[in-house]
Amino acid sequence: MRVVIAEDLALLRDGLIRILEAHDCEVLEAVDNGPSLVRALVTHKPDVAVVDVRLPPSFTDEGLRAAIEARQQVPGLPVLVLSQYVEQLYARELLSDNAGGVGYLLKDRVSNVAQFIDAVTRVAAGGTAMDPDVISQLLSSRARDEPVQALTAREREVLSLMAEGRTNAAIAGRMFITEKAVSKHTNNIFAKLGLPPSEDDNRRVLAVLTYLKA
Amino acid sequence: MSGTTSAKGRLALLGWAFVFIFASVATIVLFCLQVTVASLLWLGLAVPVFIALTGAVRGFANWHRGWAGRVLGEPIPQPYLTAAATGESQARRLRNRAGDPATWRDLAWLFVSMTLGLTIFCVVVAFFGSLLLYFFYPLLWAVTPGTFDQMFGVINVHSLPASFIGFGPAAVAFGLWWWLTPVLMRGYARVSRSLLAPTERSLLKQRVEQLSESRADTVDTQAAELRRIERDLHDGAQARLVSLGMSLGLADEIVGRDPAAAKELLAEARASTSLALSELRDLVRGIHPPVLADRGLDGAIRALALACPLPIDVEIDIPGRLPAPVESAGYFAVAESITNVIKHAGASKAWVQLRYADGKLSMLVSDDGRGGADAGHGTGLRGIERRLAAFDGTLMVTSPPGGPTVLIMELPCELLSPKISPSSGTA
Repeated sequence: MRVVIAEDLALLRDGLIRILEAHDCEVLEAVDNGPSLVRALVTHKPDVAVVDVRLPPSFTDEGLRAAIEARQQVPGLPVLVLSQYVEQLYARELLSDNAGGVGYLLKDRVSNVAQFIDAVTRVAAGGTAMDPDVISQLLSSRARDEPVQALTAREREVLSLMAEGRTNAAIAGRMFITEKAVSKHTNNIFAKLGLPPSEDDNRRVLAVLTYLKA
Repeated sequence: MSGTTSAKGRLALLGWAFVFIFASVATIVLFCLQVTVASLLWLGLAVPVFIALTGAVRGFANWHRGWAGRVLGEPIPQPYLTAAATGESQARRLRNRAGDPATWRDLAWLFVSMTLGLTIFCVVVAFFGSLLLYFFYPLLWAVTPGTFDQMFGVINVHSLPASFIGFGPAAVAFGLWWWLTPVLMRGYARVSRSLLAPTERSLLKQRVEQLSESRADTVDTQAAELRRIERDLHDGAQARLVSLGMSLGLADEIVGRDPAAAKELLAEARASTSLALSELRDLVRGIHPPVLADRGLDGAIRALALACPLPIDVEIDIPGRLPAPVESAGYFAVAESITNVIKHAGASKAWVQLRYADGKLSMLVSDDGRGGADAGHGTGLRGIERRLAAFDGTLMVTSPPGGPTVLIMELPCELLSPKISPSSGTA
């Protein structure tokens, strides 16, 4: 995979490069500020970009804005945004173009290297990787809604894992159940939430996220 | 009643003059008592009487402040310094009352009111009295024969038609009454204002008092906040890092002998970093939420509403960024209000409105909950009030039992810059 990294702290930037290169990724460029990130993304058109939200020069949400801007120029450009904290507001903005290929994770998820690489791969393939914190916030703000209340505990668990962007196979592995059982749960969830069923993993995830953030 | 005075206004002033003539009894009594008691202050016994008496005078003066304020079309604020609390010693309360220049200005006003004031009231009432007398002269002459035979002691009135001469003086009395009533009564109101309104000095004193109070509050709050942060760091992140170090040290030691156990320790260490980070995140949010730094008050409040388990309608109309301290105070005031709604109101919906107009940020938080919130008792509301007071901001609460609860917070501040619309998509 060809990757562009944006991280202003040298320590973390080197760490990310090390982890990604150890997992067959080619780091095309590692930048440390917003404007050069947009330029790097538009020129390299990488398979995936790993971007820190807070970047110079403004030290606010420069990285997020740069990622969104680059995606406007290169639609569907896969971007995995990392941050010290997650905000639903930012998750919504990232997901608003409904194009997929978006990730939004807490920085410390990187410490679980296998899962982090899995998320990078997923995003590069046009999937989504949402932090469990974002999903639990989304779920708790919809918790009072009737359709969500109609879900069983098991279905809710599947729903959150699916919203995080995991495939049926991954959910089955996480929950120690068969893939068939997972797809039964998913069908129930889609029926209860009134969403159109779909065989495509990515499209299903986006449907669920759209439902949750509505 | 300001500017030109209508007939109705004149009659109202007449009515007040009438009322004040009777009230002058109180004026005179209060003045005499106050002077007597003040001169007997060296007697310990007189102290409580003096304090009670100044209280009565203040009430009486406030009544006049209200009246004069209405007549002059501009309210007259009270000039008094904050009263010593009821639990304070007599000596302190005496010093508070006697040391307040407003107490002695009130006394001067009592004197002016019972002399100049009383004269004015009597003149106004007398003009109107003569108007009535001479207007009804023919009637009086007819009804009570013999009593009203002479007008002014020189003009003899022998017949009913002759008694209509009375219309002459009646017209004069009416003219004088019409002309002088507003002039005299407003003059009296002005004289009263000059003594009853706060002087420049007392306004400054009040302001200083208010500022020292809010400063003390702010310093206290900040110190408490720092202590909380220190404790959170000490018990949280610091402790986690220590345990992380221990796990790593242990793993280092046994990795050769027992790789499986070392792996377990490493997993533990990783979990420890996650916990430490999540604690640090919560702490940072409590100090200054990152989204507030990123997006300002607008974005931060929207993010807050999104993360809230309760549906919240957000409406924000701020044409730019506000100074950072104001944004922070506003954010935490709204956040605290929403926390209160979630904790106490039992509401199913809440509304947040932010607006900047006339050099003021107005924030409204309301809910459809059970109401009954009390600014005096809830520590949450008190905290909000303190937070706002540091910026001369105010909090108003209406929360009847059964709801709805409405909090209106206002922060005077300046707008920093006109809004630069964010390049990103929907919020």
